Amino acid sequence: MTTQSETGYRSEAAALPVGTPRHHMVIFAVLLGLLLVAPSVLYPVFLMKVLCFALFASALNLLLGFGGLLSFGHAAFFGSSSYVAAYAAKAWGFNPEFAILLGVLAAAVLGLAIGALAIRRQGIYFAMVTLAFAQMVFFFALQAPFTGGEDGIQAVPRGKLFGFVDLSSDLTLYFVVVAIVFGALLLIYRIIHSPFGQVLKAIRDNEPRSISLGYKVNRYKLAVFVMSAALAGLAGATKAIVFQLASLTDVYWTMSGEVVLMTLLGGMGTVFGPLVGAAVIVTMQNYFAGFGAWVTVLQGAIFVVSVLLFREGIVGVLAKWLKKPL
Amino acid sequence: MFELLGIPPQALFGQLLLGLINGSFYALLSLGLAVIFGLLNIINFSHGAQYMMGAFVAWMLLTYTGINYWWALLIVPLVVGATGVVIERLMISRLYHLDHLYGLLLTFGLALIIQGLFRNQYGVSGLPYSIPAELSGGTNLGFMFLPNYRGWVIVASVVVCFATWFAIEKTRLGAYLRAATENPTLVGAFGINVPRMITLTYGFGVALAALAGVLAAPIYSVNPNMGADLIIVVFAVVVIGGMGSILGAILTGFGLGIVEGLTRVFYPEGSAVVIFVIMAIVLLVKPAGLFGRTQ
Repeated sequence: MTTQSETGYRSEAAALPVGTPRHHMVIFAVLLGLLLVAPSVLYPVFLMKVLCFALFASALNLLLGFGGLLSFGHAAFFGSSSYVAAYAAKAWGFNPEFAILLGVLAAAVLGLAIGALAIRRQGIYFAMVTLAFAQMVFFFALQAPFTGGEDGIQAVPRGKLFGFVDLSSDLTLYFVVVAIVFGALLLIYRIIHSPFGQVLKAIRDNEPRSISLGYKVNRYKLAVFVMSAALAGLAGATKAIVFQLASLTDVYWTMSGEVVLMTLLGGMGTVFGPLVGAAVIVTMQNYFAGFGAWVTVLQGAIFVVSVLLFREGIVGVLAKWLKKPL
Repeated sequence: MFELLGIPPQALFGQLLLGLINGSFYALLSLGLAVIFGLLNIINFSHGAQYMMGAFVAWMLLTYTGINYWWALLIVPLVVGATGVVIERLMISRLYHLDHLYGLLLTFGLALIIQGLFRNQYGVSGLPYSIPAELSGGTNLGFMFLPNYRGWVIVASVVVCFATWFAIEKTRLGAYLRAATENPTLVGAFGINVPRMITLTYGFGVALAALAGVLAAPIYSVNPNMGADLIIVVFAVVVIGGMGSILGAILTGFGLGIVEGLTRVFYPEGSAVVIFVIMAIVLLVKPAGLFGRTQ
């Protein structure tokens, strides 16, 4: 099993240098600028959906692209956090910031429990274990008394941020979501480029060697798993406040597959790939919303084409072309 | 004893039977996964979709051409297995030099395509497939009433599982297969066409899934999502059993089906998740799986 990681699924572009390349700061600045003017061109609710999924995919990418662990059950964290936030906001009347925080906490605790078990296996077993646990969470959400079963939790109040910023206006909420997601993306960026991130990449590239260098590999894996789960939870909780809804779709395995697809399409192990992947997939879903199961077929086809011909992903190819890590 | 626990024996045996039926499908499907994994080193995510295809092709044969159940048992695995061979040749074979996770992602994509196409064509409501006349009715066993078709499914899957085990563990072809699992390069050097063997193995694994689909068609309604949730449970079964041994996959499949049935008697709310809970316990106690080898 160990020799395969050398021919691994990381892209060439993933070999980020230590420190912060200046062009990354430029891209982040341009991105922020674009996000601030975007609502004058595009529908804010659509943009918020893209942002939530961009964060979700980036959270998965932290685990998959930099930790080398393919979780096929990330919907568990996204969905359960979205349920907890929705319930806290609706039933307990929490302010949105506390509802989201509680959701993140729930996702992190769940991540700790599932992660501690899943890291006991490697490779495809890891993927299967995470998928199976996520399905368990799905059944729990289906049967638990407080999740609303098939209906989910509907009409979640958006509430007032810090008690005085009214979020019922889409535009106000949009800027709050931009702040949350952009902040989280910078945090992920910081994690990737920290000494912790460097050790993660070492483990991804050659686990036995990292062990022989004295790193407690499992602790690193668990730590990144919990971080990734918490960030996925942040995306899910934010989504619940934005759409005022937490439903079974958020916790079903198709959601786990979708976020893997976003990461794969954008470029695993690149900083900006998941954002591009999320934007493409969400746009596609919106565009083809009226075509029923053809969306599923199209997503499957993108999966197949990406795996066969396009493993670096959009941003990975771009990075190779520009000869700069993106 | 039953009176002590307050469970009527009819309910107990009924659920045990249901558990055995589920176990038959777990065993057949995890067996196919294990055979494919042994040689190709990929997890066939489209296994559930191919099981569904098996049921659908049987339904189409009956509805459009009038070919009956018994011929379907023979024709469907061949047809669906052939699509597996094409998929292996055209797509999966391009991924062997890469990380195994790519095989998982590719077959996941294929599963989405197959399920989406069938959903477009036939909707999600499910189509009925009637039990063949020879097996309708039931037998009174004294302590319970056994529908003949269900008995047949259990017998058929035990026979198929045993035959597969025999073919792999006791025949010359199986010996080649096991040797190629250990060291494909060396087996190739002895003049055995390993790539063709890999292709046929994938086709065989897919054919097993399709056969399970035909067996399932009269029990469950034939619908495009029938394999999607099942396959995740089968993954858990595979993690519990470990994919090291053929016999292990079979025993784990039947065993977990029975455990699930018993849970439905004593604690119905837990029956959907009991297999996942067992998986968690096995991961804690014996991470390689009950029959797995530590690598």
